[in-house]
Amino acid sequence: MAKQIVKMNLNGQEIEQLVDSRTLLVHFLREQMNLTGAHIGCETSQCGVCTVDIDGESVKSCTHLAVQCDGCEVKTVEGLAEGGVLHAVQEAFYEEHGLQCGYCTPGMLMTSYRLLQDNPNPTEDEIRIGLSGNLCRCTGYQNIVKAVKSAAVKLQQKESATA
Amino acid sequence: MNAPVKTLEERKSELQGMGDSRLRKEDARFIQGKGQYCDDIKLPGMLHMDIVRSPVAHGRIKKINKDPAMAIPGVHAVLTADDLKPLNLHWMPTLAGDVAAVLADEKVHFQMQEVAIVIADDRYIAADAVEAVEVEYEELPVVIDPYKALEPDAPVLREDLAGKTEGAHGPRDHHNHIFTWEAGDKSAADDAFANAPVTVSQHMHYPRVHPCPLETCGCVASFDPVKGELTTWMTSQAPHVVRTVVSMLSGVPESKVRIISPDIGGGFGNKVGVYPGYVCAIVSSIVLGRPVKWSEDRIENISTTAFARDYHMDGHLAATEDGKILGLKVDVVADHGAFDACADPTKFPAGLFHICSGSYDIPSAHCSVKGVYTNKAPGGVAYRCSFRVTEAVYLIERMVDVLAQKLNMDKAEIRKKNFIRKEQFPYTSAFGFEYDSGDYHTALEKVLDAVDYKALRAEQEQKRNDPNCPTLMGIGLVTFTEVVGAGPSKICDILGVGMFDSCEIRIHPTGSAIARMGTITQGQGHQTTYAQIIASELGIPSEVIQVEEGDTSTAPYGLGTYGSRSTPVAGAAIAMAARKIHAKARKIAAHLLEVAEGDLDWEIDRFKVRGNEEQFKTMADIAWAAYNQPPEGLEPGLEAVHYYDPPNFTYPFGIYLCVVDIDKGTGESSIRRFYALDDCGTRINPMIIDGQIHGGLTEGFAVAMGQQMPFDEQGNLMGNTLMDYFLPTAVETPTWETDYTVTPSPHHPIGAKGVAESPHVGSIPTFNSAVVDAFAHLGVTHIDMPHTSYRVWKKLKEEGVQL
Amino acid sequence: MIPPSFEYHRPSSVEEAVGLLSSLGSEVKILAGGHSLLPMMKLRFAEPEHLVDINRIPELKGVRVIGDDIVIGAMTSENAVIADPVLNAKVPLLPEAAKNIADPQVRNRGTIGGDIAHGDPANDHPALALACDAIMTVVGPNGTRQVPASEFFLGTYWTALEETDILTEITVKAFPQGAGYAYKKLKRKTGDWATAACAVVVALSGSSVSHIRITLTNLGPTALRAYDAESILMGQSINDDLIRQAAAKAMEICDPAEDLRGDAEYKTAMAGQMVQRAINEALAKAS
Ligand SMILES: Cc1cc2nc3c(=O)[nH]c(=O)nc-3n(C[C@H](O)[C@H](O)[C@H](O)COP(=O)(O)OP(=O)(O)OC[C@H]3O[C@@H](n4cnc5c(N)ncnc54)[C@H](O)[C@@H]3O)c2cc1C
Ligand code: FES
Ligand code: FES
Repeated sequence: MAKQIVKMNLNGQEIEQLVDSRTLLVHFLREQMNLTGAHIGCETSQCGVCTVDIDGESVKSCTHLAVQCDGCEVKTVEGLAEGGVLHAVQEAFYEEHGLQCGYCTPGMLMTSYRLLQDNPNPTEDEIRIGLSGNLCRCTGYQNIVKAVKSAAVKLQQKESATA
Repeated sequence: MNAPVKTLEERKSELQGMGDSRLRKEDARFIQGKGQYCDDIKLPGMLHMDIVRSPVAHGRIKKINKDPAMAIPGVHAVLTADDLKPLNLHWMPTLAGDVAAVLADEKVHFQMQEVAIVIADDRYIAADAVEAVEVEYEELPVVIDPYKALEPDAPVLREDLAGKTEGAHGPRDHHNHIFTWEAGDKSAADDAFANAPVTVSQHMHYPRVHPCPLETCGCVASFDPVKGELTTWMTSQAPHVVRTVVSMLSGVPESKVRIISPDIGGGFGNKVGVYPGYVCAIVSSIVLGRPVKWSEDRIENISTTAFARDYHMDGHLAATEDGKILGLKVDVVADHGAFDACADPTKFPAGLFHICSGSYDIPSAHCSVKGVYTNKAPGGVAYRCSFRVTEAVYLIERMVDVLAQKLNMDKAEIRKKNFIRKEQFPYTSAFGFEYDSGDYHTALEKVLDAVDYKALRAEQEQKRNDPNCPTLMGIGLVTFTEVVGAGPSKICDILGVGMFDSCEIRIHPTGSAIARMGTITQGQGHQTTYAQIIASELGIPSEVIQVEEGDTSTAPYGLGTYGSRSTPVAGAAIAMAARKIHAKARKIAAHLLEVAEGDLDWEIDRFKVRGNEEQFKTMADIAWAAYNQPPEGLEPGLEAVHYYDPPNFTYPFGIYLCVVDIDKGTGESSIRRFYALDDCGTRINPMIIDGQIHGGLTEGFAVAMGQQMPFDEQGNLMGNTLMDYFLPTAVETPTWETDYTVTPSPHHPIGAKGVAESPHVGSIPTFNSAVVDAFAHLGVTHIDMPHTSYRVWKKLKEEGVQL
Repeated sequence: MIPPSFEYHRPSSVEEAVGLLSSLGSEVKILAGGHSLLPMMKLRFAEPEHLVDINRIPELKGVRVIGDDIVIGAMTSENAVIADPVLNAKVPLLPEAAKNIADPQVRNRGTIGGDIAHGDPANDHPALALACDAIMTVVGPNGTRQVPASEFFLGTYWTALEETDILTEITVKAFPQGAGYAYKKLKRKTGDWATAACAVVVALSGSSVSHIRITLTNLGPTALRAYDAESILMGQSINDDLIRQAAAKAMEICDPAEDLRGDAEYKTAMAGQMVQRAINEALAKAS
C-alpha cells in the first residue's frame, strides 16, 4: 500500500499523519481525525455535505485526496467557533431556523462562511447561487438564505465594532 | 429587595410553551458538527460490511466465487444466502405479510439486489473485496410493466410462492398478483354512475420516486458474545418495531436487543423498513463477535431501499350538470416491486388510499387496488405522507379538475360547490372515515383573496389570446384533506402491535424534567416541540425539559415517526402523561397549601388558592415536595407514563395555489408564485411549522417537476445518482408564501393535527394542476409527472404550441 | 464508493511531470482538479495505477498576457477564470460561461485544462475554446506543440493528447473591439451539464457581421462549430429570419446522444433555441 506522510494545519493545529494515497479527505477527517462534522451524501460530488475549507476555498472533501492537503490549511465545521464563541453563521443558522435534520448543516455553514468572506454583502440571488453546491432536503433553503443574510449583517456589525 | 412581581404574560412567555416560536433545542450540536449520525459511530474492533449486488434485474445465480475476495488481506468473511440458510435468515418477513430475500437465494429479482456481503477491516478493503467476488448469472426475462406482469403468460417472478393462492391480504389470482383490496360500496357507486348526467374518467400514473434523505441508510451492529446482548445503532424511523423484528429473526430475546436511532439525517419514509443491510450487519456481528458497520452509498440508496408511489390509477367521477359530484370510482394497479415490503398498517395493504374522496361531500364511492410484483426494488413507503395519502389526494384533486374542465367550470367554484361544509363535521365519508373538523370555505376564500385570483385569471386570459406570448401561464389550485396520525389500534397495527404511541415524563426534585418518547425525530424538532407541550401543560420552562427518543432500552415502546403520526399520536401521549402528573401535582399542592383540591385553580405555572392570590405553589415547589414531603398515602416522586391509543385519525387540510410560466421554446417551467395555507389545528411552534412547510413544499416541487426512476427494458434503473435524480438546489427552489387557519381537532388532547407532510401531499397536485392548466385551453385534461422541461416540451410539441 | 489503490506522485515542474508520465507505463493519469477523474475512480470506471498530481506546478496556473496573446495556464481553476481581470476585459465569454459550469465548490477545484483534456462533449470549455479560436499548448516527451482547438477534439473522451502529454496552456486572442458574446446553456438544474448549449461571439462592422463564431456543447460526440450557420450570418445585417435560418443550419450538424435529459429530437430542438437566444444576446451586447 502506498502510504505517505501528510502535514497540514487542521483547524489551527499542525498535524502530521500517515495516509494511504487513495484516502479521500472526507474519510481522513472522519475516520482518522475523528472529525465527523463533514458528512457524506453521495459519490458523484453533487450534495456538498462534505464541504470544508482548504486554503481559503470551499472544497468538497469527498472529491479530494488527503495527500493533496500536504502543506495546506484545512478548516472544518469543528474549527468554526473560536474560543468557545460561535461564529456568526452558526448563530444565524440557529436563530433563523436554518436547519432541521442537521445533516447538510456543516457543509452549508462552511460554504456560507466562505461565501461571506468573499462577498460580505451578498444579494439573495448571490446567496442562492453561492449555495447551489450544497443540497438540503429539509428546509427548502428559505431560512438558510435568511440565515446567511443575517450572518452578513452580524459580521458587518462586528467589523464596524472593531474598526 | 423583593423581586418584581411578574405579569401573567411574562410568566407565560418564560415557559416558551405551545404557540411560542422558540428556537430549537437540538441545534447546538448540529451547528458545531457534533450531531451523532449512524456513520459517525466508531467502536473498538469495528469491521465494515459492504454488499455485492446483482447487475441483472432477473436471473438465476449459477455460481459465486468468494476466493478472490477472501484472498485480499483484511477480508474477514464473504457470506451468501447459503451461509445464512442454516440460521434460517436468508429470507425475512416483511411488514406487509410477504417475505423478502435477505441475500438472493438462487434467484435475483431486481437490479442491485443483495447477493453477498463482505466483511473487512475497513471500508476501503471491503470495497475492493466487493469488486473481487465473482458471480455468474443466467438471465431471465424481465417484467417492468405491472400490466404486463398480469398477462397470463408473463414470466413467474416469485417462484418461492408457487402454488400459493392465498396471500396475506386475500386470494391471489395470478402468479404475479399480490392482493386486491377494496373499500367503499361498489353497487352504490355503480348506481350513481348509471344515473349520472355527467361522468368523466382519467388514467394517470403517479411515478415511482424515492424519498432520498441526505443521509443514506446504515447501521452499526454490536453483539456482545459474553453477555449475549445485541446493540444496534440504526437509521430507523421506528426503532421499537425493529427491535421486535430483530428479536423474532435472530432469536435473541427482546430484552437483550437494544436498537438506538441516533441523529437521523432525514427519513421521509426511507428509514421505516428493515433492510437486508441491517440484517446482514447484525448477523455478521453475531457470527464474528465484533461490531460491524454498514453504510449505504447513494446509488444503493436510490436503487434498493424503499421507493414510494408507482400507482397506475383510473379515476371516474359522476356528477350533475351543474357540477355536484354524485359518485367516485377508482381502480389502481400498484407496482410493489419484487417483494411486498410496503410499510402500511397490517389491515391496509393500500394504506389509507380510501381517503381519496378528499375534501368533498361525495355520496357514493368505491376503490380497488391491485398489488403486483415486478422486477424492481421493493418498497412502497409513505414518502413524507401518511400511508398512500399522497396518491389519494393526487387522484381526487386531478379528477375534480378534470370534471371542472368538462363542465367548463372554474376550479375554485367547483370545489366550493362540493366541499364538506363546516357544519357537517364530524363528517363520515362514503369510505367510512370520520373527518374530525374543518372549515374549507373560509380557507379557500382567504387564499383566493390573498393572490387576487380574479386578476390572475384575467392575466391568463390575455396571455392565451396573444399568439406571440413566449410563455404559457397556468394556475394550479388544490384543496386537500389528509388523514394522519395512524392510528386507532382497533383498526391499525403493524405486525400485530397496535399503532399507539407513548410518553414517559419524570419531573426531577428541582423542577426540571425529562420526557422519553416512542417516536424519533429526523429533523422535525421533537426535542423542542414536545418540550413545549409539557411546558404549557405543567408550567415548567421548555428550556429545562429534556426530550429523549430513539433508544429502545430507555424509551417506552412506540411505533415511531412516519405518516405525520408524531404530533397526533405521541403529542397526545405527552399531553396525557403530563395531565397525570398535573393531577398528582394538584393533590400535593392541596396538601402543601392545606386546602381541598377543589379550592385550587391552575394558572400557567402554579396552583393558587381560589380567592387568595398570595397563596400558591409553583410546579417547582410541588416537585420538591413530591420527593420530600408527599401527602400521606401518596407515592413519592412525580412521574407518569402514558400509552395513547388515538380514538380517531386527525384530518389536517390546506389550500394551495401555484402560478407557473412555461417557456414555449424549451419547456422550462418557472414557479412564479406558490401560496400555501395550512390548517394543522393547534400550532405548537409556528417557526418550526413554517420550516416544515418550506421543506415539504420543496420536496413536493422536486417530485412534481423532476423526480423519476425510469427503468429500461432490461430492468436497469436509469438515473440512480444525484446527477440525474432531481434534488433541487437553492437556485431552482421557489420562494414560498405560507398562511394558516386554525381548526383544532376536537378529539385530540391539545387539538393538534400534524403538519410536516401536508405540504408534500398538497403541493404535488398543485404543481400538476398548474402545469395542466397552462394547457387547459387546448383541451388537455391531464399530464403525467414529472414535468421536466423535456416532457413538457414534448407536450408543447404535441399540441403544436412550441416555439 | 471508494477509489482503487494507486501510487501518488507530485512533480513540481512540467518537465518532471512529463518524465513521470513517460516512465510509469500505461496505467497513469494526470490529476488536475480531480472533479471528473475522482468521481470516475470512485465509481471504478477508471482504475489508474499511478496519479501524477500537477497541482503544485506554479507555471501552470494563472493568466498572462504576452503580446497579443492571452495565455491561460491549464491549471487555472474555473473560479480563477471567473475572477480574472484580463479575461473579463478581453475575452469576457470565458468568465461569463464559466459561471455556468458545475457549482461553486467544483469551480474552486476544476480546471480549464482538465475540462478540455477530459474530452467529454458534455463539458463546457471545449465549445468555448472553439468559439475563442483557442490554441492548446501540449508538452510531451518529444517537446512542445501547438494544437488549434479545431483539431483538438477527436471524439468522446478522445483528444489530440497522447497518454504522455500534458496540456499546459490555452492561448486565446482578445475579442475584436465591440464584440458581443453569449453562452446559453439549458440545464436541468444548477450544477448540471448542458442539455444543449451554444456559445456565440459576434462583431459588427456597421450593421453587418464582420466576425462570428457559433459553437455547441453536448450535441454530438465532440463540441461542434456550426460553420454553415456562421456563413448564413457572416457579412449580413442580422434579422430574426436569418437567426432562425442559422439555428436551423446549426441543428443540422447535431447528433446528440439520448439520455435522461432528452432524446435526440429534443436536444436538437434545444440546440436551435440556444443558438437563437445566444445570437440575440450577443447582438445586444455588440457595439
Ligand atoms: C457535480 C459536478 C458538476 C459538473 N458540472 C460540469 C459542467 O456543468 N460543465 C463542465 O464543463 N464540467 C462540469 N463538471 C466537470 C468539472 O468541470 C471538472 O472539473 C472538469 O471536467 C475536469 O477538470 P479537472 O481539473 O477537475 O480535471 P481532472 O478530473 O483532474 O481530470 C480530468 C481528465 O483530464 C486529464 N487531465 C487533466 N488535466 C490535464 C492536463 N493539463 N493535461 C492532460 N490531461 C489532463 C486527467 O488525466 C483526467 O483524465 C462537473 C463536475 C462535477 C463533479
Ligand atoms: S459527499 Fe456529496 S458532494 Fe461530497
Ligand atoms: S437540514 Fe436536513 S438536509 Fe438540510
